[in-house]
Amino acid sequence: MSDLSKLTIAAARDAMRKGELTSVELTDACLSEIEGASALNAFVHNTPEIAREQAKAADARRGADAPDMNGVPVGIKDLFCTKGVPSQAASGILEGFRPEYESTVSGKLFDAGAVMLGKLNMDEFAMGSSNETSVYGDAINPWKNDDRALTPGGSSGGSAAAVAADLCLGATGTDTGGSIRQPAAFTGITGIKPTYGRCSRWGVVAFASSLDQAGPMTKDVRDAAIMLEAMCGFDAKDSTSANLAVPNFEAALTGDIRGKKIGIPKEYRMEGMPAEIEQLWADGQAMLKDAGAEVVDISLPHTKYALPAYYVIAPAEASSNLARYDGVRFGHRATLDAGDGITEMYEKTRAEGFGAEVQRRVMVGTYVLSAGFYDAYFNRARKVRTLIKQDFENVFNAGVDAILTPATPSAAFGLGEAKSADPVQMYLNDVFTVTVNLAGLPGIAVPAGTDGSGLPLGLQLIGRPWEEGDLLNSAYALERAAGFVAKPTKWW
Amino acid sequence: MSIDIDTARKVAKLARIKVEDDALPALATEFSNILGFIEQLNEVDVEGVEPMTSVTPQRLYRREDVVADGNQPKSVLKNAPDAREGFFAVPKVVE
Repeated sequence: MSDLSKLTIAAARDAMRKGELTSVELTDACLSEIEGASALNAFVHNTPEIAREQAKAADARRGADAPDMNGVPVGIKDLFCTKGVPSQAASGILEGFRPEYESTVSGKLFDAGAVMLGKLNMDEFAMGSSNETSVYGDAINPWKNDDRALTPGGSSGGSAAAVAADLCLGATGTDTGGSIRQPAAFTGITGIKPTYGRCSRWGVVAFASSLDQAGPMTKDVRDAAIMLEAMCGFDAKDSTSANLAVPNFEAALTGDIRGKKIGIPKEYRMEGMPAEIEQLWADGQAMLKDAGAEVVDISLPHTKYALPAYYVIAPAEASSNLARYDGVRFGHRATLDAGDGITEMYEKTRAEGFGAEVQRRVMVGTYVLSAGFYDAYFNRARKVRTLIKQDFENVFNAGVDAILTPATPSAAFGLGEAKSADPVQMYLNDVFTVTVNLAGLPGIAVPAGTDGSGLPLGLQLIGRPWEEGDLLNSAYALERAAGFVAKPTKWW
Repeated sequence: MSIDIDTARKVAKLARIKVEDDALPALATEFSNILGFIEQLNEVDVEGVEPMTSVTPQRLYRREDVVADGNQPKSVLKNAPDAREGFFAVPKVVE
């Protein structure tokens, strides 16, 4: 058994450049790990032929001039359209769909020489916080603290499980309300959601267009910097893509945060927050202070209203985006009865193709956009969103460089445990992350410790818009101080 | 706000999702819970606040108004559940 799949992206890159390792060897090691890890249900469409072909091409391209991602095997979240490869957004309604095109982000990774091992499990249409709404079934967290199967978080649960279990060196994720950062925290890995507009959304199945952003999920902060840089950049095919130069993020990792001002928002101290999360947060503050940062108390007064605003805006945009799944152009179409017309075709197709959570959100979105409620719900939520963004602008204008918060309100929970009659309970998982999407800011989750039972816990740093380099550097300082090196014990 | 069964039925119809009658009461209860959670927004003073249209202060990217792509009907129809003679086929729409 080789340990090659345990390598970081940076270590693999350096070894391949020196000629000590080939991408074919590395890719084969990952493919064999994936084969042995079906119990995790992380990879749901394997693409070994594509992987071996890309690995061979990467080895031919190898050299000092090859891009950083050259030859690096990664997993791609099922939300990304990949040419000729099933791309279902973990939904029954996209059963059999094989895109005729490549998403900009996955295309950029492949242009940079990255190797695709396969597609990764997720919550259906990225709607969920536990990977329990997937048509492929639950993805399982490689971490355990007793004999229960734990959630890897969601919606990028397969990506998180795959990286944490060393099935791949990195994975793509997407984050609409916390879907990169929460699963990263639940599995002891690093995940960054960049500023809205950094990564093209073209070819990424849309959930809530004003909130969706792609980002990398990796084994450490340096890898996040390397992979993010390969994913970013202006794209004329996405009208919200930012026409800004992409900096060298890895070069920003000096670890020197002396004089940086780190804000601690008092509104994130939630009632009933577990003592372990409180302690982790306090430890994080002490680490950053030790590293020379100035830690200051700040206020983000509208924090409490972020989740309710999100649960208007995201379903509203989803109801509009998901209207395209009508059984006409792609995916599933219901079998019709004699006399059924086009309306019955739509209604039966969508009832069969969408899972319960997706149906619920599409209908909530339909309701808040319907005549008579548009102003009361949708417009009010958009006004509250303006206020939430202003909260952040005020603290950044006051000189704060980054904001430190817990990433999640708990460690990973058992699969099935949070499924209750009240969907709002599940929504509370995103309480610390969702503000960042509403304000369009970059946010990163870094593993910083464990709970009493040994499960990983993460801290979140939130940065100024377009300052991912600075944010990654603060995260790097935190990572070095926290010294989190624990790995799940292999049981799969 | 409490959602009744008729409203739930109407919303399902608007969303073009078939919901059987016996599933409507549970759906109405779920809607009521979610909307109850959303009602918190009424506590916020939004007087004079502009609703957000774009999270980054940039104008949407525009391109030249020219044909940039096209002429690939095979690719467009490739994933259709029912495509015939170069068209998407659907059940009869008008009598």
